[in-house]
Amino acid sequence: MPHDSVAKIIKKQSWGDYHLFRLETPEIAGGARPGQFLMVRVSATPFPLLRRPISIHAGEKDTLDIFFREAGQGTALLALKKEGESLDIIGPLGQKFVPDGAPIPSPAFLVGGGRGIAPLYFLGRELKNSGVKVKVLYGGKSLADLPVKAKFEASGLDISCSTDDGSFGFPGFVTGLLEAEMRREKPGILFVCGPDPLMKKAAEIAAGRQIPARISLESMMGCGFGACWGCVKRIKKGGGGEWRKICEDGPAFWSDEIVWEEGE
Amino acid sequence: MADLAIDLGFLKLRNPVLTASGTFGYGLEFAPFMDLDKIGGIVVKGLYYGPREGNPPPRLVETTGGLINAIGLQGVGVEKFAADILPDLRKIDGAVFVNVCGASDDEYLKVIEFLDRQDGIDAYELNISCPNVKKNGLCPALDPDATYALVKQAKAGSRRPLIAKLSPNVTDIAEIARAAEEAGADGLSLVNTLLAMAVDAETRRPKLANVFGGLSGPAIKPVALRMTYQAASAVKIPVIGMGGIMSGVDAIEYLIVGARAVQVGTANFIDPGAAARIAGEMKDFCERKGIARIADVIGTLKKD
Repeated sequence: MPHDSVAKIIKKQSWGDYHLFRLETPEIAGGARPGQFLMVRVSATPFPLLRRPISIHAGEKDTLDIFFREAGQGTALLALKKEGESLDIIGPLGQKFVPDGAPIPSPAFLVGGGRGIAPLYFLGRELKNSGVKVKVLYGGKSLADLPVKAKFEASGLDISCSTDDGSFGFPGFVTGLLEAEMRREKPGILFVCGPDPLMKKAAEIAAGRQIPARISLESMMGCGFGACWGCVKRIKKGGGGEWRKICEDGPAFWSDEIVWEEGE
Repeated sequence: MADLAIDLGFLKLRNPVLTASGTFGYGLEFAPFMDLDKIGGIVVKGLYYGPREGNPPPRLVETTGGLINAIGLQGVGVEKFAADILPDLRKIDGAVFVNVCGASDDEYLKVIEFLDRQDGIDAYELNISCPNVKKNGLCPALDPDATYALVKQAKAGSRRPLIAKLSPNVTDIAEIARAAEEAGADGLSLVNTLLAMAVDAETRRPKLANVFGGLSGPAIKPVALRMTYQAASAVKIPVIGMGGIMSGVDAIEYLIVGARAVQVGTANFIDPGAAARIAGEMKDFCERKGIARIADVIGTLKKD
């Protein structure tokens, strides 16, 4: 069950536009699982008005980490918060990355682009602890977009990187790295989070090789807990599909359920 | 202890705070965040007879102090509502209003006829003012004759009190308010959202797939407050005011201009406990000002 809670920022790390906050929030941390997110209030005034959905990056008994990139007015304000300040957060929200009872065939490939890497750290550690072999593929425009690479390495997770400009690792998109890695070893399942073109391409790759894939979608959200019906995506359920709420039914869906619209 | 109770004539409320249709889901979504018994009641998200798909995304865009939505009334329909949601709503102490929609006059009547057979509903709010269903925001509430005809039919077909939800996208709100009153409405609620749009200068595309949407939030409060004042001054039936209420003082302002109750809308998204908090703040206001009964605040605007 989600809570509306005030959490203290007990640690802050920044790398250019990317920021990581560790939040002291025993009320929310205990129930949080990989794939879920928080709705964060960035201002006490109505400017900007809405909360921002931010992925949970890591969780311990009493703390949660969030990792985000400054992408607009709201996240820019959020980035100004300092250690010791408090944040009004609602969470944990959304469904788990791994649905209850879903088999996780090894190896699991975790594919993240830019800030989309955020939920994959929490997931990678959970899968590894449950005995699943994990490979993380982390892409960015350049090396500066891979700030949490070392954290994955420090956690003993197998990680490979790509950069669009070729400044580090595989030169090209992370979906190119995925195809290269798949020639070496066939994954049992993919977990994907990143910009829409990345997720759409990863879904195509998964479909072509008949590999199950969980795709974590992103959307602007009015509320984050199912009341406003603003964050929908067309999801196939039997028939032609229907608009399902990303906040409540997602954010992660099976790739073969997602209907990608024109222009995405 | 200030008395927050309000009498709408057709219904008594524990306090003047209701939640606005479309911003409170079907109500139970908010149970984790708020004691639903601390508010006057809820207005359930608009219901057509059958399930409704709604508009394609993007459906929301944030603007300065506001939010434009073009959800398009996606919803489960009355049968699923009655089977799966209403049994739990009956457990709350406050009033339950159902927001009634229709693609045609017949559908409004069909929805009412079905809901009339269900227990646990206190009143209907006739949604004649959604800007996101027809092209260019067209809806019955833009025209006094259309308002009169639809309210009259709906009221005749209903065994429950019926309030009409009015649109701000009109030249003369008093005229529309009077039309609804003459047609037999038991009350009015206003305003629905302001027809609006947002454009992305980089791509020169509208930010909403529907192009137009309805603006809500604190940005619209001065407009909504003015229209609530005009409508409340024009009719004798109770008026429920809404638009940008974020605090107890905002709500009190609506009562001062003549609203007998208020609806809290967009605030629910940002602060899911907002409606209960606002009721508490209204009580604090009364106690600070030495007001024994909140009903004594209604229609007390001083103009001299």
